[in-house]
Amino acid sequence: MPTVAPFDLAGHCVAAAFLDGVPHFALADGAVHRLDHGAKSVTVHDGLLCAAPTWDGMALVTGGEDGKVALTRPDGSTQTLAEVPRKWVTSVATGPQGAVAYASGRTAYVRFADGKVKSYDHPRSVEGLAFAPKGMRIAVARYNGATLHFPAAEGKPADLEWAGAHNGITFSPDGNFLVTTMQENALHGWKLADGKHMRMTGYPAKVKSWSWSPKGKWLATSGAPAAIVWPFSAKDGPMGKAPVELGTRGNTMVTAVACHPRDEIVAIGYADGMILAGRIADLKEVVLRRGGKSAITSMAWDAAGIRLAFGSEEGDCGVVDISA
Amino acid sequence: MADTQTNAGNGTQIPVTVLTGYLGAGKTTLLNRILSENHGKRYAVIVNEFGEIGIDNDLIVESDEEIYEMNNGCICCTVRGDLIRTVEGLMRRPGRFDAILVETTGLADPVPVAQTFFMDDDVRAKTRLDAVVALVDAKHLPLRLKDSREAEDQIAFADVIVLNKTDLVTPEELSKVEGLIRAINPTARIHKTSRSAVDLSAVLDRGAFDLKRALETDPHFLDADDDHDHDHGHDHHHHHASDIHDVTVNSISLRAGEMDPKKFFPWIEKITQAEGPNILRLKGIIALKGDDERYVVQGVHMIIEGDHQRPWKDGEKRESRLVFIGRNLDAERLKRTFEACQA
Repeated sequence: MPTVAPFDLAGHCVAAAFLDGVPHFALADGAVHRLDHGAKSVTVHDGLLCAAPTWDGMALVTGGEDGKVALTRPDGSTQTLAEVPRKWVTSVATGPQGAVAYASGRTAYVRFADGKVKSYDHPRSVEGLAFAPKGMRIAVARYNGATLHFPAAEGKPADLEWAGAHNGITFSPDGNFLVTTMQENALHGWKLADGKHMRMTGYPAKVKSWSWSPKGKWLATSGAPAAIVWPFSAKDGPMGKAPVELGTRGNTMVTAVACHPRDEIVAIGYADGMILAGRIADLKEVVLRRGGKSAITSMAWDAAGIRLAFGSEEGDCGVVDISA
Repeated sequence: MADTQTNAGNGTQIPVTVLTGYLGAGKTTLLNRILSENHGKRYAVIVNEFGEIGIDNDLIVESDEEIYEMNNGCICCTVRGDLIRTVEGLMRRPGRFDAILVETTGLADPVPVAQTFFMDDDVRAKTRLDAVVALVDAKHLPLRLKDSREAEDQIAFADVIVLNKTDLVTPEELSKVEGLIRAINPTARIHKTSRSAVDLSAVLDRGAFDLKRALETDPHFLDADDDHDHDHGHDHHHHHASDIHDVTVNSISLRAGEMDPKKFFPWIEKITQAEGPNILRLKGIIALKGDDERYVVQGVHMIIEGDHQRPWKDGEKRESRLVFIGRNLDAERLKRTFEACQA
């Protein structure tokens, strides 16, 4: 039986993450809490808007209403990486070799490990950011498509067009596909090799959470009464294929998803605070948490896939241990 | 996209006031008053530029105006992408403020701002549009109307109009300007003032966009025309755009008896589908046959909302009233088809 260790905090949890094996919870008020032999916390921002763990899993990069981009380590130390005075830093992404991307208004920035910063202005707001899994390449989600930049070189950006407002963005782990979440309850994807479009529609709500399964065979998403899991193992991705619906419930919506790091299992968080684990192969489900005060906003597995940290809208966070 | 929705209104939704007005109309002065005066409410303010706001307050957020067309094949369904994001961010830390104020640029189209509060489910769940307030410069309005469609749109779209700088015009000029405003928008509340010294309670927390609440606080709302047009039963009248130079918006006030719901609802759906791009605002109180409650409808372009307001009172005349504010609206056709929906 999985056991739940609750961790009650006050406020909206923007991100749950494991840093060096320690569960961390970044709250909208700017505090980053952690469970490391007791509850500890550090105030990182006056208003925290976005967060992403570094690729080595040893630190959390956050952006705030205070215009700061900060790095928090599991020992509670913090460092301001960059500042955009009087502006909100609305998205952050982490990349290879300690690179960090962040966005404010219509500008995307890339900060290299040595502190050098490159900026990219866009005609419209930068809504989302992602680093490619290989090479120094970032993708920007924007109105009417996505733009790829190559910060290590002085080359021209590459534009991928699709009408509508694109909010979130992610590369498939093999780097072959780029997928955006849209304002109108849909995903859009591009096969990067030939620019082929992939339309993934039919969601009753906006997709706000997504997660790739190990090796990128599946993309699990929120935005429906079930986790919608798209197959990406074929060379053309999910084109012409139906998604798997995992953990279907009649009366509530999936608000967060997190794929297990080893097995093809998805942790599915719902608007009522319930968390299920669903196996893609046979659709079997296990309850990890019966419910809570509020919607699940973020979940993360530890590297071994034994513990799942979860955060919620009203701060009833915690850690599920599935080893017991 | 036509969408008949029931307003989910509950107490936890944060009221949002939208402040529009041409450059130099006095928005910054009013904004500074809202931020500094003791009126018992804390405001989070979304501005396009910090500009001349002389107050340092971490609840003032600068945001780049981003108009996003919805990818649903409807050209008039637009939202302000920056507002979706900013409101979402603000609402993750509730308790810091009681209300949100959105300041738009002088040239801004108020429609995407208002539609954001209808079209985006997350924004809609947490906030409600309280009122669209337009600041109008009494001295320069006639000139503005000559060179700017936006100035006209802002007036047409407003629930509350603050007619500012009245000290700079003669009583005759003022009355002419008021006439212009009334020709564009017969239903808005007008407050005359100078130096933006309007009573803030007239501007904030009005519930004016919520027609149901507007009717509770002002039972004679939509009756405004009766001041100069005595009740003739099934009368209707409208202001022709052509009556006044430089005004392209017209309003059409319709009156009829009890409506057959089987005819009225398909009619309003069809009208808003077909005429949506031309309709800036639509407001009405409908008497439905066999229904003991007053039904209120309101719309922005193709989006319409309807809900029951309250039971008809004893002796209250059960009539249906509907006001359209827009461009190129065919008054005769609207009147004829509206009346054909009567029970």
